[in-house]
Amino acid sequence: MKVEVRVYPKAGVLDPQGRAIASALERLGHETVSDVRAGKIFFLDVEGDDPVAVEAEARKMAEELLANTVIEGYDVRIAAEP
Amino acid sequence: MSAAKPRFAIVVFPGSNCDRDCHHVATELLGCDAEYVWHRDTDLKGADVVILPGGFAYGDYLRAGALARFSPVMESVTRFAMDGGPVLGICNGFQVLLEAGLLPGAVRVNRGLRYVCKDVYMRVENASTAFTRLYEPGQVVQMPVGHGEGNYTAPPETLTELEYEAGVVFRYCDETGRVTDEANPNGSTAGIAGIANREGNVVGLMPHPDRCAEGLLGNDVGRKMFESAVAALAPA
Repeated sequence: MKVEVRVYPKAGVLDPQGRAIASALERLGHETVSDVRAGKIFFLDVEGDDPVAVEAEARKMAEELLANTVIEGYDVRIAAEP
Repeated sequence: MSAAKPRFAIVVFPGSNCDRDCHHVATELLGCDAEYVWHRDTDLKGADVVILPGGFAYGDYLRAGALARFSPVMESVTRFAMDGGPVLGICNGFQVLLEAGLLPGAVRVNRGLRYVCKDVYMRVENASTAFTRLYEPGQVVQMPVGHGEGNYTAPPETLTELEYEAGVVFRYCDETGRVTDEANPNGSTAGIAGIANREGNVVGLMPHPDRCAEGLLGNDVGRKMFESAVAALAPA
């Protein structure tokens, strides 16, 4: 199964990268942007047929390694098979 | 003659680059024994003090310290720390201690988004840990920093606990000891440069005491961190 884990700075945690990107966007004339938070996406191939079980395992991976839950939030999506 | 001097273990991850500096301090400057312990080993070789040195363990992939904490050696380091053994994490070693949960909180990318490499001043906030007992409380010390991710933060309740339990060991300050925003090199919350666990046996800091441990380098104030550990172990 194709799984995506998105990891991003928690709301309220200062994100220096997001802030720098926001000010660069503003300099480029995108004045409608008021806030940016920069995160990362992990694209995983996981064996299994049960989306519930696969999602639970992916959450465990996020908790254990992919996210530092002190400062980062995450969400997990199971991509629809083509 | 006094009892045998303590033995240091210097943990070496792939990408550690201050391991030899720490070894030099322990052996050449303090006259102690020191062993390198490779990250795949689990035997701390009878160490009395464990140092996690600076560098870029595992290339800092994912997050600084995030992969290093799963090294086999970290299970032994954790057990050693839980048993009260003195553990010092310097720079990247501090990041590993945070990721491993041996110290609370996390570091983010520096406020200015740049790698900062310069001398900073810090105030000694807790002079009773295993690695700071030879400093005076409130003493201002100068040490070099070199990091891109040293912007310390923690949940509000953790910060309160750190302040209340004297968990803050060093705070960035100016030459006179005033904690100001200008004196803060990375945006760290409350100017926090180093912290300790409640027992004071596990200490981590972003600045490099190993890079200012002998007069030849123009500054030897960092040597006292290593000497503190030796003094803490000496029979009273």
